[in-house]
Amino acid sequence: MVKYFCCAGLLKSSWDQVCVAFWQRYPNPYSNHVLTEDILFREVTPSNCLISRRLLTKTSRAPRWMERYLPKHMASSAYIIEDSIVDPQTRTMTTLTWNISHARLMSVEERCEYCINPENGSWTEIKREAWISSNVYGLSRAIQEFGLARFKTSVTKTMKGFEYVLAKMQGETPSRTLAETATERARETALAAKEKAKGLASHAQKKQYV
Amino acid sequence: MNSVGEGCTDLKREYDQCFNRWFAEKFLKGDRSGDPCTETFRKYQHCVQKAIKEKDIPIDGVEFMGPNKDKPES
Repeated sequence: MVKYFCCAGLLKSSWDQVCVAFWQRYPNPYSNHVLTEDILFREVTPSNCLISRRLLTKTSRAPRWMERYLPKHMASSAYIIEDSIVDPQTRTMTTLTWNISHARLMSVEERCEYCINPENGSWTEIKREAWISSNVYGLSRAIQEFGLARFKTSVTKTMKGFEYVLAKMQGETPSRTLAETATERARETALAAKEKAKGLASHAQKKQYV
Repeated sequence: MNSVGEGCTDLKREYDQCFNRWFAEKFLKGDRSGDPCTETFRKYQHCVQKAIKEKDIPIDGVEFMGPNKDKPES
Protein backbone atom coordinates (compact mmCIF):
# COMPACT_ATOMS: atom_id res chain seq x y z
CA MET A 1 0.00 0.00 0.00
CA VAL A 2 1.17 3.47 -0.87
CA LYS A 3 -0.23 6.66 0.55
CA TYR A 4 -0.78 9.33 -2.07
CA PHE A 5 -0.94 13.02 -1.33
CA CYS A 6 -1.46 15.94 -3.68
CA CYS A 7 -1.60 19.68 -3.11
CA ALA A 8 -1.16 22.96 -4.93
CA GLY A 9 0.96 25.88 -3.85
CA LEU A 10 1.38 29.45 -5.01
CA LEU A 11 4.41 31.72 -4.91
CA LYS A 12 3.84 35.38 -5.66
CA SER A 13 7.01 35.64 -7.71
CA SER A 14 7.73 35.06 -11.38
CA TRP A 15 8.68 31.62 -12.65
CA ASP A 16 12.20 32.85 -13.46
CA GLN A 17 12.70 34.20 -9.95
CA VAL A 18 11.40 30.99 -8.41
CA CYS A 19 13.84 28.93 -10.47
CA VAL A 20 16.75 31.17 -9.49
CA ALA A 21 15.68 30.90 -5.83
CA PHE A 22 15.34 27.12 -6.13
CA TRP A 23 19.12 26.79 -6.44
CA GLN A 24 19.80 29.24 -3.62
CA ARG A 25 17.23 28.26 -1.06
CA TYR A 26 19.58 26.66 1.47
CA PRO A 27 20.27 27.68 4.11
CA ASN A 28 17.19 29.59 5.17
CA PRO A 29 15.65 30.05 8.62
CA TYR A 30 13.26 27.13 7.99
CA SER A 31 15.85 24.62 6.78
CA ASN A 32 17.66 23.74 9.99
CA HIS A 33 17.19 20.06 9.20
CA VAL A 34 19.22 20.36 5.98
CA LEU A 35 22.85 19.62 6.81
CA THR A 36 24.58 19.43 3.44
CA GLU A 37 23.76 20.13 -0.19
CA ASP A 38 25.67 19.06 -3.30
CA ILE A 39 25.26 18.97 -7.04
CA LEU A 40 26.31 15.55 -8.33
CA PHE A 41 25.38 15.87 -11.95
CA ARG A 42 24.45 18.69 -14.28
CA GLU A 43 23.97 18.95 -17.99
CA VAL A 44 22.16 20.98 -20.64
CA THR A 45 20.36 18.54 -22.93
CA PRO A 46 20.23 18.89 -26.75
CA SER A 47 16.66 20.16 -26.30
CA ASN A 48 18.02 22.94 -24.04
CA CYS A 49 16.71 21.66 -20.73
CA LEU A 50 18.88 21.83 -17.64
CA ILE A 51 18.99 18.53 -15.82
CA SER A 52 20.58 18.29 -12.38
CA ARG A 53 20.92 15.92 -9.49
CA ARG A 54 21.26 17.33 -6.00
CA LEU A 55 22.24 15.31 -2.94
CA LEU A 56 20.99 16.52 0.43
CA THR A 57 21.71 15.29 3.94
CA LYS A 58 18.87 15.90 6.34
CA THR A 59 18.39 15.03 9.98
CA SER A 60 15.78 12.33 10.35
CA ARG A 61 14.35 11.84 13.79
CA ALA A 62 11.93 9.02 14.30
CA PRO A 63 9.13 9.57 16.81
CA ARG A 64 9.54 7.92 20.20
CA TRP A 65 7.02 5.13 19.61
CA MET A 66 8.86 4.11 16.48
CA GLU A 67 12.31 4.15 18.00
CA ARG A 68 11.97 0.84 19.80
CA TYR A 69 11.31 -0.94 16.53
CA LEU A 70 14.38 0.50 14.86
CA PRO A 71 17.89 -0.89 14.92
CA LYS A 72 19.97 0.64 17.68
CA HIS A 73 22.51 3.24 16.56
CA MET A 74 20.59 3.90 13.39
CA ALA A 75 22.01 6.91 11.60
CA SER A 76 20.20 10.05 12.64
CA SER A 77 20.60 11.60 9.21
CA ALA A 78 19.32 10.56 5.80
CA TYR A 79 20.50 11.04 2.25
CA ILE A 80 18.02 12.49 -0.17
CA ILE A 81 18.28 12.71 -3.96
CA GLU A 82 16.55 15.48 -5.83
CA ASP A 83 16.52 15.25 -9.63
CA SER A 84 15.23 18.16 -11.65
CA ILE A 85 14.51 19.32 -15.17
CA VAL A 86 14.28 23.02 -15.95
CA ASP A 87 12.68 23.65 -19.33
CA PRO A 88 13.01 27.35 -20.21
CA GLN A 89 11.04 26.90 -23.46
CA THR A 90 7.84 25.74 -21.78
CA ARG A 91 8.67 27.54 -18.50
CA THR A 92 8.28 24.34 -16.50
CA MET A 93 10.48 22.97 -13.76
CA THR A 94 9.93 19.39 -12.62
CA THR A 95 11.58 17.93 -9.54
CA LEU A 96 11.60 14.44 -8.13
CA THR A 97 12.88 13.96 -4.59
CA TRP A 98 13.26 10.75 -2.64
CA ASN A 99 15.20 9.26 0.26
CA ILE A 100 17.92 6.70 -0.42
CA SER A 101 18.52 6.04 3.30
CA HIS A 102 16.15 4.06 5.51
CA ALA A 103 14.04 3.38 2.44
CA ARG A 104 12.78 0.02 3.64
CA LEU A 105 11.53 1.62 6.82
CA MET A 106 9.82 4.46 4.98
CA SER A 107 10.08 5.77 1.48
CA VAL A 108 8.89 9.26 0.58
CA GLU A 109 8.84 10.31 -3.05
CA GLU A 110 7.83 13.78 -4.03
CA ARG A 111 7.16 15.18 -7.47
CA CYS A 112 6.74 18.90 -8.01
CA GLU A 113 5.89 20.85 -11.10
CA TYR A 114 6.49 24.58 -11.15
CA CYS A 115 4.53 26.48 -13.82
CA ILE A 116 3.42 30.01 -14.56
CA ASN A 117 0.11 30.72 -12.84
CA PRO A 118 -2.55 30.94 -15.60
CA GLU A 119 -4.44 33.77 -13.84
CA ASN A 120 -1.44 35.89 -13.01
CA GLY A 121 1.59 35.55 -15.27
CA SER A 122 3.95 37.02 -12.68
CA TRP A 123 3.13 34.30 -10.15
CA THR A 124 4.20 30.66 -10.00
CA GLU A 125 2.12 27.68 -9.09
CA ILE A 126 3.40 24.40 -7.76
CA LYS A 127 1.67 21.08 -8.17
CA ARG A 128 3.01 18.78 -5.51
CA GLU A 129 2.46 15.04 -5.30
CA ALA A 130 3.86 12.56 -2.82
CA TRP A 131 3.93 8.80 -2.45
CA ILE A 132 4.67 7.43 1.00
CA SER A 133 5.21 3.76 1.66
CA SER A 134 6.61 1.48 4.32
CA ASN A 135 7.46 -2.20 4.34
CA VAL A 136 7.64 -2.72 8.07
CA TYR A 137 5.44 -5.68 8.85
CA GLY A 138 2.47 -4.75 11.00
CA LEU A 139 3.49 -1.13 11.30
CA SER A 140 3.39 0.08 7.73
CA ARG A 141 0.08 1.90 8.14
CA ALA A 142 1.15 3.72 11.28
CA ILE A 143 4.48 4.64 9.74
CA GLN A 144 2.80 5.91 6.58
CA GLU A 145 0.44 8.06 8.64
CA PHE A 146 3.39 9.48 10.52
CA GLY A 147 5.25 10.03 7.25
CA LEU A 148 2.33 11.86 5.73
CA ALA A 149 1.90 14.13 8.75
CA ARG A 150 5.59 14.96 8.72
CA PHE A 151 5.53 15.51 4.98
CA LYS A 152 2.73 18.07 5.36
CA THR A 153 4.71 19.95 8.02
CA SER A 154 7.75 19.95 5.79
CA VAL A 155 5.75 21.37 2.86
CA THR A 156 4.80 24.35 5.02
CA LYS A 157 8.44 24.86 5.95
CA THR A 158 9.57 24.51 2.34
CA MET A 159 7.11 27.18 1.22
CA LYS A 160 8.10 29.53 4.03
CA GLY A 161 11.75 29.02 3.21
CA PHE A 162 11.08 29.69 -0.45
CA GLU A 163 9.17 32.89 0.33
CA TYR A 164 11.96 34.00 2.62
CA VAL A 165 14.67 33.45 -0.02
CA LEU A 166 12.56 35.11 -2.73
CA ALA A 167 11.88 38.16 -0.57
CA LYS A 168 15.56 38.43 0.25
CA MET A 169 16.55 38.16 -3.42
CA GLN A 170 14.11 40.90 -4.31
CA GLY A 171 15.43 43.08 -1.52
CA GLU A 172 12.11 43.27 0.30
CA THR A 173 11.31 42.70 3.91
CA PRO A 174 8.60 40.07 3.92
CA SER A 175 5.41 41.35 5.52
CA ARG A 176 5.15 39.76 8.92
CA THR A 177 3.83 40.34 12.38
CA LEU A 178 6.21 41.59 15.04
CA ALA A 179 6.29 38.22 16.77
CA GLU A 180 7.15 36.49 13.52
CA THR A 181 9.88 39.01 12.82
CA ALA A 182 11.36 38.43 16.25
CA THR A 183 11.27 34.66 15.85
CA GLU A 184 12.84 34.96 12.45
CA ARG A 185 15.60 37.17 13.74
CA ALA A 186 16.35 34.68 16.46
CA ARG A 187 16.43 31.91 13.87
CA GLU A 188 18.72 33.90 11.62
CA THR A 189 21.11 34.56 14.46
CA ALA A 190 21.07 30.90 15.41
CA LEU A 191 21.58 29.96 11.78
CA ALA A 192 24.52 32.30 11.37
CA ALA A 193 26.08 30.88 14.53
CA LYS A 194 25.48 27.33 13.33
CA GLU A 195 27.02 27.97 9.91
CA LYS A 196 29.98 29.60 11.58
CA ALA A 197 30.39 26.62 13.88
CA LYS A 198 30.17 24.24 10.93
CA GLY A 199 32.82 26.29 9.16
CA LEU A 200 35.09 26.21 12.19
CA ALA A 201 34.55 22.48 12.61
CA SER A 202 35.44 21.70 9.01
CA HIS A 203 38.41 24.03 9.28
CA ALA A 204 39.58 22.22 12.39
CA GLN A 205 39.13 18.91 10.63
CA LYS A 206 41.13 20.13 7.65
CA LYS A 207 43.91 21.17 9.97
CA GLN A 208 44.02 17.72 11.45
CA TYR A 209 44.68 16.24 8.05
CA VAL A 210 47.56 18.58 7.30
CA MET B 1 25.55 25.62 2.32
CA ASN B 2 28.08 22.96 3.28
CA SER B 3 29.13 20.09 1.08
CA VAL B 4 28.86 16.48 2.25
CA GLY B 5 32.63 16.37 1.81
CA GLU B 6 34.05 18.53 4.59
CA GLY B 7 36.91 19.71 2.42
CA CYS B 8 34.73 20.49 -0.62
CA THR B 9 32.67 23.39 0.71
CA ASP B 10 34.94 26.14 -0.65
CA LEU B 11 35.01 24.55 -4.11
CA LYS B 12 31.26 24.13 -3.98
CA ARG B 13 30.69 27.78 -3.07
CA GLU B 14 32.89 28.89 -5.92
CA TYR B 15 30.97 26.70 -8.34
CA ASP B 16 27.55 27.73 -6.95
CA GLN B 17 28.40 31.37 -7.45
CA CYS B 18 29.41 30.77 -11.05
CA PHE B 19 26.37 28.60 -11.75
CA ASN B 20 23.83 30.96 -10.20
CA ARG B 21 25.04 33.85 -12.32
CA TRP B 22 25.06 31.75 -15.50
CA PHE B 23 21.62 30.30 -14.75
CA ALA B 24 19.93 33.67 -14.15
CA GLU B 25 21.75 35.78 -16.71
CA LYS B 26 22.29 33.33 -19.57
CA PHE B 27 20.36 30.08 -19.37
CA LEU B 28 16.92 31.45 -18.45
CA LYS B 29 17.32 34.22 -21.04
CA GLY B 30 17.93 31.73 -23.81
CA ASP B 31 21.61 32.62 -24.25
CA ARG B 32 23.36 29.43 -25.36
CA SER B 33 26.87 30.84 -25.51
CA GLY B 34 28.43 28.04 -23.50
CA ASP B 35 28.94 27.23 -19.86
CA PRO B 36 31.66 29.27 -18.12
CA CYS B 37 31.58 27.04 -15.02
CA THR B 38 32.98 23.82 -16.49
CA GLU B 39 36.34 24.12 -14.79
CA THR B 40 35.03 25.01 -11.32
CA PHE B 41 32.49 22.19 -11.65
CA ARG B 42 35.22 19.69 -12.55
CA LYS B 43 37.30 20.62 -9.51
CA TYR B 44 34.29 20.50 -7.20
CA GLN B 45 33.16 17.13 -8.59
CA HIS B 46 36.60 15.65 -8.14
CA CYS B 47 36.36 16.50 -4.45
CA VAL B 48 32.73 15.58 -3.80
CA GLN B 49 32.73 12.27 -5.71
CA LYS B 50 35.70 11.19 -3.63
CA ALA B 51 33.83 12.07 -0.45
CA ILE B 52 30.79 10.07 -1.60
CA LYS B 53 32.95 6.98 -2.15
CA GLU B 54 34.60 7.41 1.25
CA LYS B 55 31.24 7.74 2.96
CA ASP B 56 29.68 4.89 1.02
CA ILE B 57 26.68 6.93 -0.05
CA PRO B 58 24.62 4.57 -2.21
CA ILE B 59 24.07 6.60 -5.36
CA ASP B 60 25.62 4.23 -7.90
CA GLY B 61 23.20 3.12 -10.56
CA VAL B 62 20.36 5.31 -9.34
CA GLU B 63 18.54 6.25 -12.51
CA PHE B 64 17.75 9.89 -13.32
CA MET B 65 14.20 10.70 -12.13
CA GLY B 66 14.44 7.07 -11.00
CA PRO B 67 11.30 6.25 -9.02
CA ASN B 68 9.08 8.36 -11.28
CA LYS B 69 7.85 5.25 -13.06
CA ASP B 70 4.30 3.95 -13.18
CA LYS B 71 3.16 6.24 -10.44
CA PRO B 72 -0.49 5.81 -9.61
CA GLU B 73 -2.47 9.05 -9.37
CA SER B 74 -4.30 8.49 -6.09
